[in-house]
Amino acid sequence: MSILEVQKLTLRFGGLTAVSNLSFELEENTIMSLIGPNGAGKTSAFNCLTGFYKGSEGEILFKGQSIFRQKPHKITKLGMARTFQNLRLFKDMTVLENVMSGMHSRTKAGVFGAILRLPSQVHEEQRIRQVSKECLDFVGILDKESRLARNLAYGDQRRVEWARALATQPQLLLLDEPAAGLNQDEKEQLVGLIRRIRKDLGITVLLIEHDMGLVMKVSEKIVVIDYGQKIAEGTAEEVKNNPRVIEAYLGKEDEE
Amino acid sequence: MTVFYIVIQQIVNGLILGSFYSLIALGYSMVYGIIKLLNFAHGDIYMVGAFVGYGALGIFGSVLGVGWLGIAVALLISMFLVGLLGMLVHRLAYQPLINKQAPRMSLLITAVGVSFTLFNGVMVLTNGEYKTFSTSLGYEGISLGLVNITYTQIIMVVATAILMLALYWFINRTMYGKAMRAIALDQDACRLMGINVTKTISLTFFVGSALAAAAGVMAGVYYGSIQFYMGFVIGLKAFTAAVIGGIGSIPGAMIGGLVLGLLETAGTQLPFIGSAWKDVFSFGILILLLVFKPTGIFGKSEIERM
Amino acid sequence: MGNSVGGIDRFRKILGDRKTQGAALAVLIIFVILLPLVANNYIEEVATNTLFYIVLALGLNIVVGYAGLVDLGYAAFFAVGAYTTGILMHYGWNFWLTIPMAVLFSVIAGVIIGGPTLRLRSDYLAIVTLGFGEITRITARNLKITGGASGLVGIQRPSIFGHILNQITDFYYLFFILVILAVLVAMRLHNSRLGRAWQYIREDEDAAEAMGIDPVKTKLYAYMIGAAFGGIAGAFFAVKMTAISPETFAFTQSAMILLAVILGGMGKIPGAILGAVFLVLFPEIFRGIGQTRMLFFGIMLVIIMVFRPQGLWPERKG
Repeated sequence: MSILEVQKLTLRFGGLTAVSNLSFELEENTIMSLIGPNGAGKTSAFNCLTGFYKGSEGEILFKGQSIFRQKPHKITKLGMARTFQNLRLFKDMTVLENVMSGMHSRTKAGVFGAILRLPSQVHEEQRIRQVSKECLDFVGILDKESRLARNLAYGDQRRVEWARALATQPQLLLLDEPAAGLNQDEKEQLVGLIRRIRKDLGITVLLIEHDMGLVMKVSEKIVVIDYGQKIAEGTAEEVKNNPRVIEAYLGKEDEE
Repeated sequence: MTVFYIVIQQIVNGLILGSFYSLIALGYSMVYGIIKLLNFAHGDIYMVGAFVGYGALGIFGSVLGVGWLGIAVALLISMFLVGLLGMLVHRLAYQPLINKQAPRMSLLITAVGVSFTLFNGVMVLTNGEYKTFSTSLGYEGISLGLVNITYTQIIMVVATAILMLALYWFINRTMYGKAMRAIALDQDACRLMGINVTKTISLTFFVGSALAAAAGVMAGVYYGSIQFYMGFVIGLKAFTAAVIGGIGSIPGAMIGGLVLGLLETAGTQLPFIGSAWKDVFSFGILILLLVFKPTGIFGKSEIERM
Repeated sequence: MGNSVGGIDRFRKILGDRKTQGAALAVLIIFVILLPLVANNYIEEVATNTLFYIVLALGLNIVVGYAGLVDLGYAAFFAVGAYTTGILMHYGWNFWLTIPMAVLFSVIAGVIIGGPTLRLRSDYLAIVTLGFGEITRITARNLKITGGASGLVGIQRPSIFGHILNQITDFYYLFFILVILAVLVAMRLHNSRLGRAWQYIREDEDAAEAMGIDPVKTKLYAYMIGAAFGGIAGAFFAVKMTAISPETFAFTQSAMILLAVILGGMGKIPGAILGAVFLVLFPEIFRGIGQTRMLFFGIMLVIIMVFRPQGLWPERKG
């Protein structure tokens, strides 16, 4: 069954069409990548899925429910989490506090709970900490929980982002260029992590990535877009040998 | 028929009021356009302009007379000195925070502090008293039926138009103006291209403050008396005008001021608004506008997010 | 300037460990409790006024410090609370029963102001709140029920267990209790799910939204709670002064409360308290220089922002 269905998605900024008639489906419990050359509209499409851009036309179904032009926080609450291409941590808060943000949509204590310190609220706080620590442990930086996010090394900051996204307890995780800025070693670990996220947590993963090595290694399905349109779809092997893909990346021979 | 004359008369009054709003709104818009600062002290700059003009008229009036020549000289002196004051405020209060890349909230609070300083400074210097602009301008003018338009009113509107045309030329035709527009678009790129960004921002403050000073002197001449708190409400309204036109847009500020001036004079005539509620009327317009059409008439819409 | 700030930092260092902090706090509380026994009427009046501004500063701190929203019209909530109590007591209500109504109406005012405007950019929000503040004041001046320009007079003093609160000492202790409650509420909110949500939004609104936090709703809560603080403070203000007029709630009032929050350091409870103390004491101490003191106030505000934009109270180290 497909967890995510994108139907004829179009996004226009003024006269510019960033995404045009894009359709694809994402099967539950798979790892899929959305790739394309620079400026192909990957990030724009990504932002439409997560609600950060309001698409112009089309339909996006998540678990059969429309999330087209829906607000980002509502989409997260439905079970779709995202990371950011350039880290967007809460830099002056601790690592644990950062991850606790993910639990916000899964908890409900309000004003009176906080002021009166109701037992239910105290209990909920414990649960938030518990789950957040589990997420930190999963990405392997539990030992750094009380450090300020801004004081971590870049690779660890990335991990905080993943832990934070996992803490929203998603069914679908969208990673926006997760390998950006990582060294070879860290990329290897990333591949392992993505696989564990799918295998151990049963979370479907959609990533946007530049690093072809990583994409080919980890994805079970790849959608290639160029000029906002889908030009190919299939397994790593199929895509790699698709002439339209080669053309998009390398340019036509008779050009220039 | 009387209604017709009242309407015409109110349009004239609205245009005068609107010219003042426009001149002040320009300063808001220019500064906002270039460094995204809501210069809270701008209304007080206008007030200081009125007082400097008053002082200059006092000094030069004895030589040049208190007619149009004396007023024009006082106006230019006030524009120049208050322009310098604007630059000083920018250098001392705002630029250090811009250099530190302080949050916008800190910059806004600093502007409130500057406003407090100017406001209370003038209050102390004048003992909180009203000052009367004594000029030799009469009430002669043109009468069309029941409509009276004094020469003073005509000259005010013409002077405003001249200042605006000069500004338009400055922004669009000179190198400094081009630098200003470029900085509004992309500061870093300008720095790379060798434009002195700080200096250009300073110049923007000079021009914006000088225009507000001109409005201050003209308001002093027109209404006859000035006092230290004259900048507060008019500052807010000029900001409203800038928003109506689309903040950051020069023609927007010009048109916005006139629109607000006309709306307000019209509003005062409505029986259920009256003069007691006229400020509520203006603020109401501002709030509705900010909520429903924050880009104003001429403002460019921004891409929705991120 | 640099020296005095360094002094605070050093002072804070001495207070570093929890034990000394607790002891210092205990001494402070005992001092505040015993003060009326030794102080004359003037000092008590000033101290009561200080306590009152601490409540307002703590309330505004939730809006400005916690949620990061500029508010230049906070006096509006304070006015709604004061007028609600004043008007209801005029119709024979018991003071204590007017408090929930004062809270209710100020929270409604908070929703009316905040609801449509919280989506706006911070500087637009500043001007909108200022506009609302002015609208509230002008409305109070023009309506019959609020007593027009002269306001409401002859508001009765409240009584508790038959004891009528009419001495300055009564109000001193009453406001002290309010301060303690306000500190408690502010602390608990800060260390809660909602408190963290405010901080996430302040640090990075997009990231917070991606984590499933509804920014508008969360900010609106801050507005409503801040308004409730203002409403309660206003209700007590009305019965302490026994007379209120529109000019009490002018822009200067809003600006002053905001200054207390920023001066002390946004988002920090001791900072808001320090700021409020400074705000009340500064003009009292410099009463001699008359009108000039407000001029110095403005200059100091600029200097503090330029040299110490994070406020007087130091940041927590992590």
